[in-house]
Amino acid sequence: MLSYSIKRLGLAVVIVSVAMLMLFSMIYLIPGDPAAVALGPRATEAMREALRVKMGLDQPIWVQFWNFFINAWQGDLGNEVLSDRPVATVVLEQLPYTIALILGGISWSVALGIPLGCWAAVKRGSWADRLVGVLSVAVIAVPSFVVAIYALLVFAVTLQWLPAIGAGEPGDLGDQLVHLLLPSLAVGLGWVGYIARMVRASMLEVLEAQHIRTARAFGLPDRMITYRYALTIAILPTVTLLGVGIGQMLSSAVFAEIVFARPGVGKLVYDAILTRNYPLVTGTVLVTTVIFVLLNLVADLIVGALDPRVRSRF
Amino acid sequence: MTVLAIENLNVVFATEGGDLHALRDVSFKVPEQRIVGIVGESGCGKSTLINAILGLLAENGRIASGSISFEGEDLAHLDDKAIQDLRGPRLSTVFQDPMGALNPVISVGRQMRNIQYRSDLARAEKDARSIDMLRQVRIPDAAQALKRYPHEFSGGMKQRIAIAMALMMEPALLIADEPTTALDATLEVTTIELLKDLQAEIGCSVLFISHHLGVIAELCDDVVVMYAGEVVERGSTRQVFGNPSHPYTARLLDCDPARQSERTRQLPTIPGELPDLRRRPEGCIFAARCDRRMDVCAAIPPDIEVVPGHVARCFLAESQ
Ligand SMILES: Nc1ncnc2c1ncn2[C@@H]1O[C@H](COP(=O)(O)OP(=O)(O)O)[C@@H](O)[C@H]1O
Ligand SMILES: [Mg+2]
Repeated sequence: MLSYSIKRLGLAVVIVSVAMLMLFSMIYLIPGDPAAVALGPRATEAMREALRVKMGLDQPIWVQFWNFFINAWQGDLGNEVLSDRPVATVVLEQLPYTIALILGGISWSVALGIPLGCWAAVKRGSWADRLVGVLSVAVIAVPSFVVAIYALLVFAVTLQWLPAIGAGEPGDLGDQLVHLLLPSLAVGLGWVGYIARMVRASMLEVLEAQHIRTARAFGLPDRMITYRYALTIAILPTVTLLGVGIGQMLSSAVFAEIVFARPGVGKLVYDAILTRNYPLVTGTVLVTTVIFVLLNLVADLIVGALDPRVRSRF
Repeated sequence: MTVLAIENLNVVFATEGGDLHALRDVSFKVPEQRIVGIVGESGCGKSTLINAILGLLAENGRIASGSISFEGEDLAHLDDKAIQDLRGPRLSTVFQDPMGALNPVISVGRQMRNIQYRSDLARAEKDARSIDMLRQVRIPDAAQALKRYPHEFSGGMKQRIAIAMALMMEPALLIADEPTTALDATLEVTTIELLKDLQAEIGCSVLFISHHLGVIAELCDDVVVMYAGEVVERGSTRQVFGNPSHPYTARLLDCDPARQSERTRQLPTIPGELPDLRRRPEGCIFAARCDRRMDVCAAIPPDIEVVPGHVARCFLAESQ
């Protein structure tokens, strides 16, 4: 397990490095002079030249990339334009809110999707199965910002069960959780459908497996067969799917943070784009890439922990 | 004493093309501490028979009539829960595919402990029993093996572990559905010997299904020959192999290469095809492929006793 983790971690480092290279190329290829953009139209040529030297733009491209690369790995993503604070600090301030949002979305999707999919598989062909099928397609089809807006209107505005905006009182965990309920539902609802369908399909496949027949032939109780012998195998593809789905959830998080006026990386990047705060945009993209890769890594490690066959392959 | 007595068992599958009569009037007995072999081409209903005994028929299958009495209870009319309670402690099974027979994500020790879920023994005692069973099937380093997962064992070892699991509760009847077909010849021999030793030690009966006539001849006390869902001939191994009284058995033995060499382990092929079980031909089920067909064969032959204990479903048996 340890060597599996180390190898997988090495792979994650490579992926982030490649992402950095791509991000750097993108900044480099975008037309326009970053110094001119940063200083605005009223700056003189001398001022721009000075900034270019300060930003290292007069160096050869590979030196620029190397500096960018080394600095980024050391957590130095430059300073943002408006307040001149380090980008890393600004992003890290907002990051916990977004991570909480994503984890909340995953919790919703897992807590609803796995039992629903399992139930549908066990009762396959029944009305329950059909109902879960229809609901799954429905929640997959609805875009997350629509879920966000309706959730806000119904539960916060009309029924007034839950708060409408913000992330809750700092330091008050209960209040923060209550504020998390609706936005994370908006992020996770579509995934309830994906996961229910995925779990149902893999459950049906696993229930046909020879070892399940053997388990029945040994007289093991149905509950043990369904939950310990079949479901533990059937959720493996779901964990992998969720790992990849983090990317999609990150983009849903942008909408959820805007609709619910929550702090977070999504809101940050939205504001940064509106104010053309480019260092902040690149920094945020880089940090979310790292988050994506890390959560993906976590998903793979969970699969490794659950499946001894995967573990031994490394 | 008879452990298992099947009488006039009929199993029907509902299919899109109509009812498929997979077993027709199947009767035979498994006496105490005997090994009974079942032979027949693929598709003749061997697995269906096992599933009917275990109460694990597919959802579209049902026992249309007949009885399966096991230790005095009729499994054909027992509810699911009651049969489930017999599976494991009284009635156990080893299946063909050793690769897929064990759960890949649960350790061997845990699977063996789970099989003992009905017992009140403490966890350590259950594990001790598991280790003991693994030793009996000659798994090296049995204590360590409990912590390992199925993919860490070879095919032959997996099959032996499956046998250990099946015999752990000391059942009265072990059903073995082609347990050695997927193994190579050397492993097959050792596995058969192991089964025989364990059977003698535990004192259970075995219902052994195989394609391999050589193995049946060596291992089994009695033989049941099946063709297209019917038992065409049954008796002691010596009776059936020495004096095959149904043309189908005779043809199997005639061209069985296993009698001459150990190389081929498939059943010999006989010209013609299995009849479509959704539209059973009138008369004898084997008539279309039989080279000794007579006019009377247009009627279904009765089970005729050649000598006591040796029965063939063929008019020819009468004249013997
Ligand atoms: N669930 C099912 N539905 C329909 N037909 C089935 C089903 N299971 C088995 N059969 C049919 O029953 C016959 C006997 O099959 P099976 O018992 O698997 O044979 P064997 O194990 O001897 O190869 C075959 O014709 C097969 O197609
Ligand atoms: Mg079969």
